[in-house]
Amino acid sequence: MESLLAGCIGFLTACGVFLLLRGRTFPVVVGLTMLSYAVNLFLFSSGRLTLQGAAVLGTTDNYADPLPQALVLTAIVIGFAMTAYLVILAIRARADLGNDHVDGKLPGNESSRKESR
Amino acid sequence: MSHLIIAPILLPIFTALLIMLPPIHYSPMRRRWVSMISTVILLILTGCLLWQTQAEGVSFYALGAWQPPFGIILVADIFSVSMVCLTSVLALGAICYGSAGEDERGSFFHPLFQFQLMGINGAFLTGDLFNLFVFFEVLLIASYGLLVHAGGKNKTKAAVHYVVLNLAGSAVFLFSLGILYGTLGTLNIADMAVQVAKLPPENLMLVKSGGLLLLIVFALKAAILPLQFWLPATYSAASPPVAALFAVMTKIGVYALLRVYTTIFGEQAGPLAGMASDWLWPLGLATIMLGAIGVLASQDFRKLVANLVIISVGTLVTLVALQSNAATSAVLFYTVHSTLVCGALFLLADVIGAQRGKAGDRLVPGRRMAQPALLGSLFVVAAVSVAGLPPLSGFVGKLMILQAASSPVQQIFLWSVVLLSSLMVLIGLARAGSVLFWRVSGNEAGPERVLPLQAFALGWLLLAAPLMVVFAGPLTELSFAAAEQIRDIQSSIAIILGDTATVGDQP
Repeated sequence: MESLLAGCIGFLTACGVFLLLRGRTFPVVVGLTMLSYAVNLFLFSSGRLTLQGAAVLGTTDNYADPLPQALVLTAIVIGFAMTAYLVILAIRARADLGNDHVDGKLPGNESSRKESR
Repeated sequence: MSHLIIAPILLPIFTALLIMLPPIHYSPMRRRWVSMISTVILLILTGCLLWQTQAEGVSFYALGAWQPPFGIILVADIFSVSMVCLTSVLALGAICYGSAGEDERGSFFHPLFQFQLMGINGAFLTGDLFNLFVFFEVLLIASYGLLVHAGGKNKTKAAVHYVVLNLAGSAVFLFSLGILYGTLGTLNIADMAVQVAKLPPENLMLVKSGGLLLLIVFALKAAILPLQFWLPATYSAASPPVAALFAVMTKIGVYALLRVYTTIFGEQAGPLAGMASDWLWPLGLATIMLGAIGVLASQDFRKLVANLVIISVGTLVTLVALQSNAATSAVLFYTVHSTLVCGALFLLADVIGAQRGKAGDRLVPGRRMAQPALLGSLFVVAAVSVAGLPPLSGFVGKLMILQAASSPVQQIFLWSVVLLSSLMVLIGLARAGSVLFWRVSGNEAGPERVLPLQAFALGWLLLAAPLMVVFAGPLTELSFAAAEQIRDIQSSIAIILGDTATVGDQP
């Protein structure tokens, strides 16, 4: 279970970082979302992995650490809000700047842009 | 337990909510007055809190009476409360300036401003690392809104960079919190200091990597060398009162660095003691030089001021790396000075730009200003102060910085870099001032005048420069007391966790 979770977190982080380094706003937003998924899984695992462990005292002998769950919940809420804001900002930037590049202008000159089409 | 500690967080959030209620929201004048009066009350409350903290020493506020290390706590020591005080002084200036007309160029200026104040105050006061993350996010999301206030291409472009960078920074912050919680089992800063001291050797590298990930996050917020490229574009694009308030945002990063690397990874931390200093010292010095080059290279006045902010951050980070009482007290004094003066300079850049018409604040010959005497004298006060010339506050700050270097090696590097950067700042400001004020193209002055509220805001912030020299005695005493308190980890842990908890020397 540990290696599976570690692999998932690593794969999500790698994809997130790769997409974060792209030039258009949409891949960047998706990259940040993936990065925040990876972070959420990672935070969850910081309380150690337990199967069938209750986070409430007095029900079983096998307990899970409740604090990472609270932390993850906070991180998810904040992550959602921030992503929503970023999506709106990206749409606004598309309208204001005339393209969806993160720097507000397309790289290269007129001719190279035509070729890429 | 005094409830005064939580007042600087509660007051702005309730003010923000109050301003959004219909009877106040629909009238611009009411919005302004509620916001300004609330900021004055905030200033009074933080003044009381500072006075109380000075009299009674470190105190903490357990939210919901959940006792530390299990509950979230707010910690009031002289350093954190001084920073909150500084924020409210700066905020009053910024909000008065904003109320002169800037606030009506977009919507929800005042509520966002108050939310940002709440986030800043919370980040200074909190004694819990995850809570620090939450307050960072509160102040960031308010700053995202404020940054695009009044709209425009430049602002949107700067905001995309700023938001993406800070979201990536938040992800790194959470990774490091996960590592630290997984190994130390706590996120209470005082308790973490206790746990780090008795760390089993197999967890050493994990904690070290977590601690250094925190360094990346705070370096991004504070804008230290490899992570400072966002700052000039962002700060020069933001509308003036927002840029003035942002002058304190980089200082939050510096404060967090100081708090984490003095308390958690301080002298008592065994093999991890002082692990950030090796990084902060060269990076801080390089940041100063880069900022100084930026000052000389700037094509407009706002970019120049943004580079002055980078210099001040570099200086503060270098001092944090020194880890001594003298250096920490210099951090407090210099933070107060540089924040207020840089905030005033952002406002001044806008006033100058407005009176120069088309030329704006670009460093090119423009038309005659309507009030050259008033603006010129304000500019001289700010420039003399920020360059560190006597007789204004920058000089005292520079003196404390130079005295903080104790060993010859430190003196060689710190003195040469700080003094050389001062010279470069002086040249840059002299050039900017002579172009802005003397190279006029002969056209008649425009109709723009400094409004009374704008003049009040500028005067309020710039008054700090002479006042910090007049009251230099009490202020340096205060900063020495703050430095002693923040570096006396043993007794603050005893207050927060009870007398049973001790750091280091475990039997």
